[in-house]
Amino acid sequence: MYLFIASEIMLFGSFFTAYFFVRIVNGVPWPTPPYELPVFVAAINTFILMTSSATMHWATVSIKRGNVWGMRAGLLLTFLMGLSFLISQLYEYMRVGFNLSDGAFPTIFFCLTGLHGCHVFVGLTILAFMTIRAFRGHFTAEHHHGVEIGGIYWHFVDVMWIVVFTTVYIL
Amino acid sequence: MRNPLRSEAEAYRLLWIVIAGAAVIIVAAFINTWLGVAAAVIAFAALGWWLMHEPVPGAAEPPPVVTSGTPPGTHRVLVVAPPGTETVNVPNGAEVLVVVPALASTAESLTGAVDDRRGDAEATAAALEARIPGARAEVGADDPALAAEDALRLFGADEVLVVGDDGMFEAIRERVALPVSRA
Repeated sequence: MYLFIASEIMLFGSFFTAYFFVRIVNGVPWPTPPYELPVFVAAINTFILMTSSATMHWATVSIKRGNVWGMRAGLLLTFLMGLSFLISQLYEYMRVGFNLSDGAFPTIFFCLTGLHGCHVFVGLTILAFMTIRAFRGHFTAEHHHGVEIGGIYWHFVDVMWIVVFTTVYIL
Repeated sequence: MRNPLRSEAEAYRLLWIVIAGAAVIIVAAFINTWLGVAAAVIAFAALGWWLMHEPVPGAAEPPPVVTSGTPPGTHRVLVVAPPGTETVNVPNGAEVLVVVPALASTAESLTGAVDDRRGDAEATAAALEARIPGARAEVGADDPALAAEDALRLFGADEVLVVGDDGMFEAIRERVALPVSRA
């Protein structure tokens, strides 16, 4: 787990280094005029993702107490909210009005949010398997390691989004 | 040091801590850019302090002491010998199990590059099995105390003989409720 955390810190760290270099060292305005970042949509997305973490936690707590239906509902809601986030993110990409070839600002924007989007996609894949397994009755109060591990990953993805949202969209 | 991704509950708590930290940084940055930078530095320092000082659940509890029962009429000896041990003197007539911990450095353990160390341990185990009459030898965990503990779960011993340094001897003696002596 320590190696996973270290590798993720280095991966995101390299992208954030590029971001800070472009924005602070090179002094590129953020966002570069005439472009604008869809902060409101991103804020809604942030709310969706944070809520999905709460439902993920609910799923884990439920199965620890032996509440199988609570876990199933929690996992399904988490998956649906994660999917909403990803679809909304893709929709935002199509409407944002700039693309990768428009300079350093859009490149860093797409790389950082895209890297996070990849993590969400992986998380959704894990969640899909977890949800299917949950509905097939694979998890019990004693044996729910799969839910625990998936939950850790999902919360990690949300932590990274908070960092991305704060630095890219807000500050 | 606490691993913030050790469990789902701790990861969820980390998420809320990060949200709180981000909120503080955003508010400070809107007041003044340098205040935001200062808030970020303080937030990261506080997060680092929390990770370093928060006690790990269960770490303060004493490790379980493993005892072992021996069938009547037998005398069983568990020998813990590090890789490279050439021979061990064991009591005559005793049933002997030799455990060779696959000792690895911290870097090797973290990276999982323990194949070579395990190879060394296997070679030592094979050599000791050939040299000690009637003995059985096997490779154990990379932690000698854990290797002894694992072995005692399947091999009821009357005593434990340790070949190795003081650290290994003390670690095993603290972990098992059997007579532990140096071989």
